[in-house]
Amino acid sequence: MSLLDIEDLWVRFPTRQGVFDAVRGVSFSLGRERLGIVGESGSGKSMTGRAILRLIRKPGIVEASHVNLEGRDLLKLSEREMREVRGKQISMVMQDPKFSLNPVVTVGEQLMEAYLQHNSGSKSRARKMAIEMLENVSIRDAERVMRAYPHEVSGGMGQRIMIAMMLIPNPKILIADEPTSALDVSVQRQVLNIMDGLVKERGMGLIFISHDLNLVSEFCDRVLIMYSGRIVEVCEANKLHQAQHPYTQGLLNSLPRLDDKRTHLSVLTRDPSWSNAPSVRG
Amino acid sequence: MTALEIRDLDVWFGHAHDRVDAVKGANLSVMQGESFGLVGESGSGKSTILRAITGLAPQWSGTIEVEGQTLSGAKRDRAFFRTVQMVFQDPYASLHPRHTVDQVLSETLHLHGLDNIDKRVAGLLDDVGLGQRFRFRYPHQLSGGQRQRVAIARALAGEPDILLLDEPTSALDVSVQAEVLNLLADLRTKHGLTYLMVSHDLPVIAHMCDQLAVMRNGEIVEVMSSATLRMGNPRHEYSQELLRASVAPQ
Repeated sequence: MSLLDIEDLWVRFPTRQGVFDAVRGVSFSLGRERLGIVGESGSGKSMTGRAILRLIRKPGIVEASHVNLEGRDLLKLSEREMREVRGKQISMVMQDPKFSLNPVVTVGEQLMEAYLQHNSGSKSRARKMAIEMLENVSIRDAERVMRAYPHEVSGGMGQRIMIAMMLIPNPKILIADEPTSALDVSVQRQVLNIMDGLVKERGMGLIFISHDLNLVSEFCDRVLIMYSGRIVEVCEANKLHQAQHPYTQGLLNSLPRLDDKRTHLSVLTRDPSWSNAPSVRG
Repeated sequence: MTALEIRDLDVWFGHAHDRVDAVKGANLSVMQGESFGLVGESGSGKSTILRAITGLAPQWSGTIEVEGQTLSGAKRDRAFFRTVQMVFQDPYASLHPRHTVDQVLSETLHLHGLDNIDKRVAGLLDDVGLGQRFRFRYPHQLSGGQRQRVAIARALAGEPDILLLDEPTSALDVSVQAEVLNLLADLRTKHGLTYLMVSHDLPVIAHMCDQLAVMRNGEIVEVMSSATLRMGNPRHEYSQELLRASVAPQ
């Protein structure tokens, strides 16, 4: 059975120039698998992730036939019930650790809070878990990092701390929104391997939102490609390079490659018909 | 002629027991018209080298020579900024949110002590492929790629010889990255610029640069040509590791 089932999801923002539709009728389901959502900025991929957790702030509007988490429609829950879902059931790693971490609280306290929020236990137990989790995201000097404030750690380390914090409550679904875009190439795979290990080990579902086609094809089972609020193509992650849609092909071709030297990179030419085509079911 | 020469460069932050050595004994030399890349992980010191050159990292020792002129301390004179300019990673953060493109460029031109400002602003906008209709827009009315074009125009305002590019495209979408990298390549040919470019992205560096230095923990571990990188022949173990990490296993 699928963990999460989404039918006809819309995210709308009323503006002075009329209603702007950031997500336009997206349907997909997530099993105990790794689902990638790729697209450029403005394609609606992050909005899709946030809408699942009802994190779209007013005046933004989320509408859908249903957003079912194991049969329970998240859109029908009260805000209080929703707080129980966030973190414990579905957890989210956001794009930028600078804005996700509290700048005036030490890393250690924030990690321990994340643990104690959803688990009963002593402070020393929380501390032990926090250090263990930091080590899991390959932070060598965990004791020192526990005492550090967010501004004292690098962007890359900040994002690893975020990942540790989100995994501490042991959620069923992890929505990772560009989780490794701030990380070095050499650590990216390491961190994704950790996430990957957890997803498999705990039977979690992963929604991996990214602009990085190569990373997604490597670390996901299935990929949804989004363009202007709709899904334009769904494919098996390992067959991403044989993608049919001209948008997907265009994205792949605009990447510089080590095995292909050229003076100019090919530039994507957008076809207005891409945004008008109906959304593909994922 | 050597555009940029760095010898035994040490850069550090803090002092006494809090001291962090960000760059340790770096040596590099960039010929005029060359494009030189610095790659490494975050914290490897690659951006710090750029910041030491521009005077943004005041604690350093060693020798930095720009077109034969030896720099000292953190103060840079006006002539320096006519020679060297920097493009930062995040175009969202590096533009004043309440200044129009016109104000940003006019003020920069004014600070460089240039005349004919009106004509120069128009020229700069054409140079970076934005055109005149963007002239009176505010940063929030521009996309990320357009903002980075404004940042590049601002850097070009004083007609510099050397551009320091600090991850100029890592905040951009790949299709926009392609456009900006193409622009940077064209500008280099057109104005005969010298680039010192920092990136964590090996394919981007290989595409843009003739030579590159691999950094780790503040040290340059290897200097090689892009051709060597493309052939997959770096000598140093760490460079090979980086290379493996940036090529997806098939």
